Amino acid sequence: MATWTAENVEKGAKQSKVVADGLYRTQIVQYAGASGDFNPLHTDEVFTTKIAGYPSVFAHGMLTMGLTGTLLTDALGNGTLRTFGVRFRSQVWPGDTLTATATVTDVIRSEDGTLVSLDVETVNQKGEVVVSGTATAAL
Amino acid sequence: MAAEKFTVETSLIRLFAQALGDTNPVYYEETAAGMDAGGVIAPPTFIQASAHWDPDYPLRWQPGKPWNGSGPTEGTRVERTGGGTGLHAEQHYEYHRPLRPGDVLTATTQPGKSWTREGRRGGTMQFRESVTEWRDEAGELVLTTRSVGVTTGKVVTSEKGDK
Repeated sequence: MATWTAENVEKGAKQSKVVADGLYRTQIVQYAGASGDFNPLHTDEVFTTKIAGYPSVFAHGMLTMGLTGTLLTDALGNGTLRTFGVRFRSQVWPGDTLTATATVTDVIRSEDGTLVSLDVETVNQKGEVVVSGTATAAL
Repeated sequence: MAAEKFTVETSLIRLFAQALGDTNPVYYEETAAGMDAGGVIAPPTFIQASAHWDPDYPLRWQPGKPWNGSGPTEGTRVERTGGGTGLHAEQHYEYHRPLRPGDVLTATTQPGKSWTREGRRGGTMQFRESVTEWRDEAGELVLTTRSVGVTTGKVVTSEKGDK
């Protein structure tokens, strides 16, 4: 259940979650199968290294965004998000460990409910930002 | 996203949640009934799975159509990106209500802005935005998505390649 509620959420509050702990290529393939995005850059090591010139396959940006979203639903509850948007800042590679952090930037309480604004950022094991963005939720 | 119609189903929600390693009971029909959402709902980025419903989705192998991945050869460079690589730059969602199994959604996509920028690692970058509105069978707007794609003049490396 949600850890932030209409009653307890406050500006400046912060939560983090390890959303990938040593990413496996197989999880990238699972995401390809679930999302339908089978781009060889994510699924085909031969193509990606020998033809496209990357050091290995890499994760879909949308996998990283989806992983980051699990922090938001853990923290804010199910079906509460009103907006969620990110920029993809760096690639995510097999073996990476990703930590997502959500920071409450504003809380507006009214008769209609509680509207929460957040900054969202996910970093890899080197501290490099892989996605950053914002979200809002109605609690 | 160019799927004209997308039916939201519990099985695909399950696969999508499993791919994210998300054990949240709200995504699994055997455990969702008692949850805050009152049944299964879709994860926040689930609409991406509408690609399965797009008959012409270019990032899925299909019989009789060219595919640039390895197999008979090590693969084929995609020339439409100018020898570089097309990548996803930004993704934004505006949720009007949660998606639930049984929803039958239709999409209308409009091109948005486009711009160019000189990048540190990727040469000249061409950005293109598209905005898609998803409506249910009652015609109600349930989700608006805004996607920004970028094509670059050369291969982008961020970590293992050029440092």
